[in-house]
Amino acid sequence: MHLMYFTEQPMSAYPEQAGRDFGATALMFPNTNFDPKEGSRLYNNYIEQYMLAEEVGVDGIMLNEHHNAPFCMQAKANIFAAILAGMTEKAKIVMLGNPLPLAENPVRLAEELAMIDMISKGRLVSGFVRGGGQEQLATGVNPAFNRERFEEAHDLVVKAWTRPGPFRFEGTHYQHRVVNPWAVPLQKPYPRVWIPGVISKETIVWAAQQRYPYIALNTSIEQTKKIWELYDQVALQSGYVGGPENRGYLIQVHISDNEEKAIENARQFRWMQGEFTGLAHPVWSTPSGYGSPTARRAFVEFASGRAKNPRGETSFEQQMADLRIIAGTPKTVVAKLKRILEETRPGILALWGNDGRVSQEDSLTCIRLMGQEVFPAIREIAKELDLKSPFESNAPVHLKYSTDLKQTAQAAAE
Amino acid sequence: MAGVNWTDSTIEAAGTNIHVSRAGRGRPLLVLHHETGTLDRLPFYDALAAQYDVLVPHHPGYSRSPRPDWMRSVRDIAVVYRGMLSELKVAKPALVGLGFGGWIAAEMASMAPADLSHLVLVGAMGIKPPQGDILDLAITGYMDYARAGFHDQKVFDKVYGAEPPIDQLEMWDICREMSFRIAWKPYMYSQTLPHLLGSVRVPALVVWGDDDKVVPQSASERYLAALPNAKLEVVKACGHCVDMEQPEALAKLVTTFIGRE
Repeated sequence: MHLMYFTEQPMSAYPEQAGRDFGATALMFPNTNFDPKEGSRLYNNYIEQYMLAEEVGVDGIMLNEHHNAPFCMQAKANIFAAILAGMTEKAKIVMLGNPLPLAENPVRLAEELAMIDMISKGRLVSGFVRGGGQEQLATGVNPAFNRERFEEAHDLVVKAWTRPGPFRFEGTHYQHRVVNPWAVPLQKPYPRVWIPGVISKETIVWAAQQRYPYIALNTSIEQTKKIWELYDQVALQSGYVGGPENRGYLIQVHISDNEEKAIENARQFRWMQGEFTGLAHPVWSTPSGYGSPTARRAFVEFASGRAKNPRGETSFEQQMADLRIIAGTPKTVVAKLKRILEETRPGILALWGNDGRVSQEDSLTCIRLMGQEVFPAIREIAKELDLKSPFESNAPVHLKYSTDLKQTAQAAAE
Repeated sequence: MAGVNWTDSTIEAAGTNIHVSRAGRGRPLLVLHHETGTLDRLPFYDALAAQYDVLVPHHPGYSRSPRPDWMRSVRDIAVVYRGMLSELKVAKPALVGLGFGGWIAAEMASMAPADLSHLVLVGAMGIKPPQGDILDLAITGYMDYARAGFHDQKVFDKVYGAEPPIDQLEMWDICREMSFRIAWKPYMYSQTLPHLLGSVRVPALVVWGDDDKVVPQSASERYLAALPNAKLEVVKACGHCVDMEQPEALAKLVTTFIGRE
């Protein structure tokens, strides 16, 4: 079991009412509401949180990236990854992840990641994401080519890491006449790649085809099970059997030494009007061409206000009841997490510990209890349930490095 | 204007299937629709068909024409339409471009300046407005964007219905996706088009609604400066979609400008 600490790095120090009055705070909420003095304080708070997480023995620190919005201050995940590479010594630096389509130059991204891997002495896990719709608009990237750019940039980054240079890359969206980075990853064949996602089928299928672990982001138990069903089916078609080493899960869990306080702080998980990313204008979160064509009709019905959010809207209490938010003392939290582990069998687990306006003191308490009490108990449960991480099971970094592939009926027919 | 007999067909050009509605007799006139696609029939099309041989193609990737995945620019559509005219043996048509269609018409004119009789650009995209910016589809809701094309919202209600059907919204989404694929950056204009229009010596009419909230009227100045033989007409109390908001007024401007011969 690989156990991680995560925070969205909320930029919580802005006039709350201004955000509520504005409505959809992801993308267009004016940055005149961003106070850099508070920004400086919060960035340094987050560094303190990560250093404590390392000290109390987490296996990994999970990082991510978003743009133009108060729910997440990390505009470039590689910056924090580089900081952690230099400041920490043991924890894996798990980037979930770099939004590939946003890269105009994936070779440069490959260089940055190789530097992080070398500086951290081989502790990088280099996850990749498509980036939400707002991220494309915030960076001027064409949403209609999002998936094509994701796959092509991935191929280029992996080539830049593994293929001896110099070589030439002539793609549809990326053309590089000289690829020869003088920075290559320490880990061979290349750093592990994990793919986080919410629900989009295409991404699950793609991850399974690569044999990259898929990290389900705060999905319900039922949704998570459906994700593994699809993943495992594609895994079989690809010649391997999916297992815990292919499965990751991120869940909102606030831990405190006091049940009531834990629940009060956990309410902050819904500080962005109940949504991960703040209230999103549907046309910004899913610009035309970004989503799956099969979901087009349902989406326009929702976007035009004629249907409810297909993701559903649930209350805090309901989310607690559904175990999508867990809060309490270590004992309560472990019991609830046990049920999730039994039902969905992940080998990678990230706890999203603190959000919104939870104080630094309470955030640090949460991390301390996570590392000292919750994670040791989870490790024992994982042992009983035989939930091995990709590191423990020495899983191949990519399908093509597999040594256990079975010839599938499909492959035999070809 | 009932009684206009439209025929619909599919024309292949550059390996791409184009849905074309055609009606009327006389001088050939090509009408190029907006980035929101087009309804099958419009009073403006009918009014023109009473006097001309009118062709209304649906742009590749819009409305009834399938999307060619390879397209990367608005100029690609202009080239395909040049191919389509050649397949149809239509020579020297008048080109009437509406909004986004105006950009396509201007591109077509620039690539064969002798192969058109007249150029009519109505609230045309394609040139960076010296003041203001072209309304961004990517950050505007479907209904807000479509309504922004009209000065009088009651006219919008009449054309599309106050609550357009989901089919229409879905079609707007498909059209948006194609616009993003070919006109994302720079958004809805070409940096080279103003320079290329210098050879277009045919008579050109630049029309703008005086309340165009989609393409700032300042863009008309740049079209007038770029086209050697152009004049401006401003339609009062009218938004961007002059063809849908004041079809009779626009048809009259066009027929007066082009004449019957």
